Amino acid sequence: MKMKTREIRKILIANRGEIACRIIWTCKEMGIKTVAVHSEADREALHVRYADEAVCIGPPSSAQSYLNIPAIISAAEVTNVDAIHPGYGFLAESSTFATICEDCNIKFIGPKATVIAMMGDKVEARRAMSAAGVPILPGSPDPIESADEAKKFAKEIGLPVIIKAAAGGGGRGMRIVRTHEELAGQLEVAQSEALAAFKNGAVYIERYIERPRHIEIQVLADEYGNCIHLGERECTIQRRHQKLLEEAPSPVITPEQREAMGAVAVNACKKIGYSSAGTFEFLLDEDGRFYFMEMNTRIQVEHPVTEMVTLADIVRNQIKIAEGEDMSYRQEELQIVGHSIECRINAEDPVTFVPSPGKITAFNIPGGPGVRVDTAVYPGYVVPPYYDSMIAKLIVHARTRELAIARMQRALDMMVVEGIKTTIPLHKKIMADEKFQKGDFSTKFMEEFKY
Amino acid sequence: MSDVTASATAMDKDKMTSDKSQTSSKKQREQAPASLNMNELRELAELVNEHGFTDFEFENENIRVRLSKMTATQVVQAVQPAPVAQSAAPAAAEAATPSAAEVEEESLIKITSPIVGTFYRSPSPDKEPYVKEGTTVTPDTVVCIVEAMKLMNEIQAETTGEIVKVYVENGQPVEYGQPLFGIKK
Repeated sequence: MKMKTREIRKILIANRGEIACRIIWTCKEMGIKTVAVHSEADREALHVRYADEAVCIGPPSSAQSYLNIPAIISAAEVTNVDAIHPGYGFLAESSTFATICEDCNIKFIGPKATVIAMMGDKVEARRAMSAAGVPILPGSPDPIESADEAKKFAKEIGLPVIIKAAAGGGGRGMRIVRTHEELAGQLEVAQSEALAAFKNGAVYIERYIERPRHIEIQVLADEYGNCIHLGERECTIQRRHQKLLEEAPSPVITPEQREAMGAVAVNACKKIGYSSAGTFEFLLDEDGRFYFMEMNTRIQVEHPVTEMVTLADIVRNQIKIAEGEDMSYRQEELQIVGHSIECRINAEDPVTFVPSPGKITAFNIPGGPGVRVDTAVYPGYVVPPYYDSMIAKLIVHARTRELAIARMQRALDMMVVEGIKTTIPLHKKIMADEKFQKGDFSTKFMEEFKY
Repeated sequence: MSDVTASATAMDKDKMTSDKSQTSSKKQREQAPASLNMNELRELAELVNEHGFTDFEFENENIRVRLSKMTATQVVQAVQPAPVAQSAAPAAAEAATPSAAEVEEESLIKITSPIVGTFYRSPSPDKEPYVKEGTTVTPDTVVCIVEAMKLMNEIQAETTGEIVKVYVENGQPVEYGQPLFGIKK
């Protein structure tokens, strides 16, 4: 059992909203002092109220406040913190920020800057994962030069394939090819679209999964090469690639699959020298095979469902790892107990998804058995228009998935938010959906869902 | 004698600073009010002001009070750590009733800090301050330094007028937007 290499007595939280509060809660439990940084728009924010100290770092815009590295580092220096927790989003996956923290002798609560940089580069990440024995979607390693080359790869990879622009995304320069005959034509279209949109006509070919599931594995690694996984999360219910709700465990993953995916993730972490919390995102095809999509080198929004079924406190683990403690959990000790679901409650119209900022006039948090709410909202709070629209995470835990769904329905009914529109009605409808209740869905679920 | 006066007197005797000694915090707990009303807050603020403190903090199991002297009028923040389900909207109240002096204060132009850092009045410890109360400034006049990450940033007035108020102490940490000087045109 190694001794701590540093004592963390005070943490600056380089974030806002519910995750800033979440980090403060665990710091309070650990007796660690907290410093909140905030923009002028967040003067009345809950994380500012509950932190021991608060520093205004800039005007409302994220670029000039929560993404403003000099302001955050300066705030860290004047308040004399030992470490910075970046939360998720903002600077959480900025290797530049992690490097500057290291240079200023402030502990960045997360992996090393070099590892963040590697996993942030899609091409590098694929290469590193492939070398570590992680299954990746079969595809062309370099851009396709000719229609003949495309044909060759399509035969090797197997149809359907997707042609993707190397220089961008957002659906442009993307074409799905389902027959060999249409390949040459679609290749040309994709290349000219990519050229027009990104000034770069280079395209890749990759295996396309028609109805995938999005399964991710939570890992925890200390700074000595010890690593465990905390099981999977099912994050398939998405709209335009934004997750709406998540659950743990997945209704379709078997213990054998969990063991296989977990082993792959843990092994990869050891190979790349990963530390702190992280998540491996996989696509599961219709035959139950999994392929690496990307790795998130930070704590995730949906971490609570894993915490509920494993009794872990992921923020606490991150802090202890940052203090240089070694992982005292063994993989065999992992137990997944019951079922947990999380619904992301956004300040949006439940049908049109148009953002709905404004003053919250009534706010009732549901309680009772197995209900957890992570939020930074309170009655009278004004949801600002400058940041993302998530106002709360409603999480339930019960013995079975069926009981968890019933509990979520009850909790959604009890959650009253007035003054703004929220996606609570949408979640109620999803919970009542037959396909959802059967666990029978792919990422196409929301496209086919009727409100 | 109201609760606040009593505890203020007790605190006064114990030379109240932001570090609480064992004996003084014990005394405070015995006389600790469950909450403070507006009059008590005003009296507390006046007492603190009288003794020339810029920061004052008091905490017991029921309430935490923090007084921070940022402007001539004191901003009082009384925070009760209540569960989020209840109305936990914090109350930031003016400590004193508006007076002619404060109305004039409001009409002053404020030079605020454009960055987070440490405020210094002079180019170096042994030199004269850049400006004092009564100094006339033009937009290019350097009024102070705010040090951030070992870099000394010279802050310019960006306005014309006379310095009538200095809101922060030499060596004090400042945040973005914090008022540094009050200028009368």
